[in-house]
This record gives sequence, structure tokens and C-alpha cells, in this order.
Amino acid sequence: MSPQLIIFFLLAALAVAGALSLILARHPIRSALSLIVVMVALAGLYLLLGAEFVAAVQIIVYAGAIMVLFIFVIMLLNAGEEERTNLSRIATMAGLPLAVALGGFIAAAIARAPLLPPSSAAAPFGAASTKSLATLLFRDFVFPFELTSFLILVAILGALVLAQRES
Amino acid sequence: MSAFLLTALVKSVLLLIIVLTILAYLSWFERKVIAHIQSRWGPYRVGPHGLLQPLADGLKFLFKEDPTPAGADRLVYFLAPFLALTLAVTSIAVIPFGPEPIRLFGHETHLGIADLNIGLLVLFAITALGVYGIALAGWSSNSKYSLLGGLRSSAQMISYELALTLSVVGVLLLAGSFSLRDIIAAQDGRTAWGFLPRWNVIAAPFPQLLGFFCYFVAAVAETNRAPFDLPEAESELVAGFHTEYASFKFAMFFMGEYANMFTVSCLATIMFFGGWISPFAQTPLWAWTHFLPTAVFAALGLYLVWDGIRYETLLGKIVLPALGLILCALAALFALFPGANFFVQGPFWFLLKVLVFLFIYVWVRGTLPRFRYDQLMAVGWKLLLPVSIANVVLTSFAILMWGAR
Amino acid sequence: MVPTSYYLVLSAILFGLGVVGFVFKRNVITIFMAIELMLNAVNLAFVAFSQSFGKLDGQVFVLFVIVVAAAEAAVGLGIIILIARQRQSLNVERVDLLKL
Repeated sequence: MSPQLIIFFLLAALAVAGALSLILARHPIRSALSLIVVMVALAGLYLLLGAEFVAAVQIIVYAGAIMVLFIFVIMLLNAGEEERTNLSRIATMAGLPLAVALGGFIAAAIARAPLLPPSSAAAPFGAASTKSLATLLFRDFVFPFELTSFLILVAILGALVLAQRES
Repeated sequence: MSAFLLTALVKSVLLLIIVLTILAYLSWFERKVIAHIQSRWGPYRVGPHGLLQPLADGLKFLFKEDPTPAGADRLVYFLAPFLALTLAVTSIAVIPFGPEPIRLFGHETHLGIADLNIGLLVLFAITALGVYGIALAGWSSNSKYSLLGGLRSSAQMISYELALTLSVVGVLLLAGSFSLRDIIAAQDGRTAWGFLPRWNVIAAPFPQLLGFFCYFVAAVAETNRAPFDLPEAESELVAGFHTEYASFKFAMFFMGEYANMFTVSCLATIMFFGGWISPFAQTPLWAWTHFLPTAVFAALGLYLVWDGIRYETLLGKIVLPALGLILCALAALFALFPGANFFVQGPFWFLLKVLVFLFIYVWVRGTLPRFRYDQLMAVGWKLLLPVSIANVVLTSFAILMWGAR
Repeated sequence: MVPTSYYLVLSAILFGLGVVGFVFKRNVITIFMAIELMLNAVNLAFVAFSQSFGKLDGQVFVLFVIVVAAAEAAVGLGIIILIARQRQSLNVERVDLLKL
């Protein structure tokens, strides 16, 4: 049991616990907090995989900005606990076995898949990973990069239009 | 492997104890400085010169009643101040305090707990998560004023986070690395004009004055300090997001705020003012500056002895001269042992600069009036963001023309 | 050294839980969060493959996914706020007609 394996299992357990809490919690704030836990656990897994810049971006952007937006909206709309209707009870009873089945199928498919190329030596990226990532992003992928800036502009305009009051 | 873990553990515990003590005495420092700005004395009675005031405050916070508001979401109510304090103190783990390594358990280790390749990004990540402490505190208290204060404060922190991150990009372009030690190492040496240090704020291709201005203003807003402390000020919104918090949880928010102040000051020194690099050149002509720590400690020690002998209370007459004699002994240690002197140069300059920034923080609080909320948001989005983007553009242009070194 | 298939199984489990949350929850915001969970699971798969193949393209794609998720969250939450104001409820069972 190498320390990497132990850390992997700890983080994986944390992520799965967070995801379960997301779908089992009744109040949306608990779901949001669980999702933040999942994202932080995933950032830890990215670090374990040697993707340090992606881990930092995950926390700064995803867990630190997008989830704050979610929490703002939940607070603003004063979302309360979910109500239990007949439909939701049927859904819960039918949902759990289906969930287990879905997870089991996918996991079995992966376990039986033809062997992937053997994992390269631990963290082939190392200290120069941010630099090489930047080179890749600004040379080979510069066009999608500029397109995402356009996408963000469109999203800002969309949010502004949606937030206008009916005057 | 285990020597590494042991040294890391020892360093973490030591740093935690030292940081918590510094935070407690930062509150004393702030109260004294603001008091003198306002022509009064500040804490004076509890121990000589009010030095035991933080202890008294700590005892008060431990023994005060801790009510939980009715209808509050208990888990989140307890989580929020804990989150605020933990994140603020964790960010101190990536800050390097000195250049020279020391030997601990036969294992050579640097001053500072972790030296990461992405040290600066980790600091910003922790700052980004710090918003949650405040947002959740505001929401979980089940009170109008807390919710409004929490929402306003979180919106303010997110807006200034952008300007904060962008204002630092100029420094990153000059240094070429996210690691804090590399950023300091890139500021070694003298500028083109010969006698000025190569600190980033006056460095060669493009002095980062704009970057420093944006960074400091954004950081003051980010840490919810005056003049940007509308969401938590006592005369507005009752007390904002920490209205419903009492005793120990309030103390946790309080200490989290001071820890953030400390981290921001450390970052400002590291990125713009050369970290532990002395402002004097390291040539033999200036070798006498190596005795400045000795001189400062000796002066402070002698002043304490002189003041303590003439102090009013008996406790002061004993404690103050004792403290003064300890400082004089340290000064003698640095004067007589060149090894100790060499080792203390880096941390001395670093902590001196951090102290200057903390003083500026408190000075600004005592001097400037509070911003209104719409003015605050306007400054963040319409002034700081364009200025920091302009800084990035100009810095990259300068580097392209004249090179980073 | 953790085998890549471990990461993929974890990604599959998280994706499956996200699908379950998406299909079976009633609150609009929780459904949206389940979508974010699915996106995160896919990101994990991308980074795992990036490490396994030794190329950085996977991580570049993850950055793009995060950016797109940010844009989508902004607009989606704006729409959710509008719907909540119109229907006075966040229950997705009440948003079942195209007509207001």
C-alpha cells in the first residue's frame, strides 16, 4: 500500500461521500456544500496526477467562484427544503437500484476494457508542467482560447439581459 | 521519509503557535496605533503598556456565553467561523520566511513549511475559498442583517479577487515562476541606476508601481478592512455577517481577519519589495549594514529598560526591564556570533517590511472614512480591473522590448 | 503508482451519481448542481487519461470545460432566478408547460 494509493482512496472516498450527500440532502445548501467538498477532493486527485495548474484553477474558478454563485442564488431565492411529493417518493425507491445498476455496468465495462497504455512514470510533468501547458494553450490551441473569451463575453451579456427588470 | 514528516510536523506546530501569538499581539498593536492616531493612549492598564490585553481578551472570549440563534442551521453555523480561521492560517504555510536552511533532526530544511511550484496560485485558491466563511456565516445566522452583510461582503470579495489576481501578473512575468522563493530570487541585485535594490516595485523593464497600488487596494478590500469594511462595520447593518456570533466564534472571525492581513502583508513584501533581500548592497562597502539587526534590538532593549525603570506599577518595573534585557542579550548574540548574525539577516528584513505593511494597514484604518457600497463596487470594477489589465499589457510590452532581466 | 483504471472507475461512479441526482431530484438548483458533478467527473477522466498518455492535451481540454461550465452556470442561474420569480416555486414539477 504505497502512500499514493492511500491518499487516492481517502480522496476518492471523500468525493463519493460528497456526491452521495449531494443527492441525499434535502436542503440545497447542504447539496452545494457537498459539491464543494467533491470539487476540493477532485483538486487533490488532480495534484496526485501531477496536474498542478489544473488543480489550482479548479479551486480558484470552480470551487471559489462558480459555487459561490450557486450559493448566492440559493440564498437569494431563499430555497427551502425539498417537499416530498408522491412522485418524488416513487422516484427515490426506483432510483437507488437503477443507480447501483448504472454504476456497476460502467465500472464493469472499464474493468474489462482492453489494457490502456501503461501509466508513465509518476508525474511525468513535474516542475515544467505549467510552462508546457501554457505553451500548448497559446500555440496549438490559441483559436479555441480566443473563442472561449468570446463565449464569456456572450455569457456576460446573457446574464445582464436576464437580470434586467421588466421596466 | 519519516525525518521529513517529523520536521514538517515540528515546523507546522511551531509556526502555528508563533502565528497565533502574533495575531493576538496584532490586535494590541492595532488598538495602540489607532489610539495614538486619535490622540489617546489605548490599552494601558492591563499589564505594562497594555501588553496583557490580548490575554484578557482571550479569557473573556473563552468565558462569555455563546448563544446560538433560534432557527439557525447548526452545522453551517458552527462551520463558518472555523472555515474562516482555518483557511486564513493555512495560507501562511506557503510563505517562505528566510533564505538560509537550518538543520532539524539531522535533516536540512528551509524556513517555511512548503515551497510549492505553484505557491502563489495556492495562496489565491485559499483566498477564493475564504469567501465561503463569510457567505455561510451570513446565511446561517437566520437574521436579515447578517444575510445582507454576508451577501454584500461576499460580492465585494469576489469583485476584488479579480483585480488582486491580475495585479500580480506583472510580477509573475518578471519572475517567470509561481514559486515564491523564485520570485524573491529574481529580485536580487541592483537596478540599472546602481544603488537602488532590484525590488519589483522599481525593477528595470517596468516598475510595478501600478501593480503594487492595485494589489494593496484590492487586498485591503479583500480582507474586509477599512476603508472597505462596510459589510462588517459596527455602525452599519448592526455588525454585518458576524452580528449573531458571540465569544469564541467571533474571536475566530476576528483572528481570521488578522491572519489574512498578515498573509497579505507577507505577499506584498515578497512580490513587490524583495522579501528578505536587504535594501543595501551586499558589497564590502556596506558590510556594516549586517549589524543593523543588532543595532535595532539593542536600541529597543535599552529603551524598554529605561522606560521600565520609571514605570508606574511594580509589575511594569519588573517585566519591562526584563524584556529589555532579553532583547539586549539577543543583540549581543548577533554581534558576537557571525553564524547567528548571518542567519537572522533574511528573517529580520522580511519581518521588518511586513511590520511596515501592517502599520500601513492600521494607519489607513485610523485615517480614512468608509466607502459606500456602490462606490466600493465601482472602484473594484471600473478602476482597479482596467488599471491592472493595463499593467499586464504594459509590463509584457516592456519585457518584449527590453527583456526581463 | 495508482493505475489509471482506478481513476476511471471513480469518474464513472461520480458520473452515475450525477445522473441519478439529475433524474430524481426535484429542486431546480440541485439538478443544476448534479450537472456540475457530471462535468467534474468527466474532467477527472480527462486528466487521468492525460497522465496515462503523457500528453498535456487532456489538461488543456479540462481548462476549456471549466470555462464553459462557468459561462453555463452564469446564464443558467439567471434563467433559474427568472423562473423562480415567475412560478414562485423551485420545484421542477411545476415547470412543465411552455406557456407561462
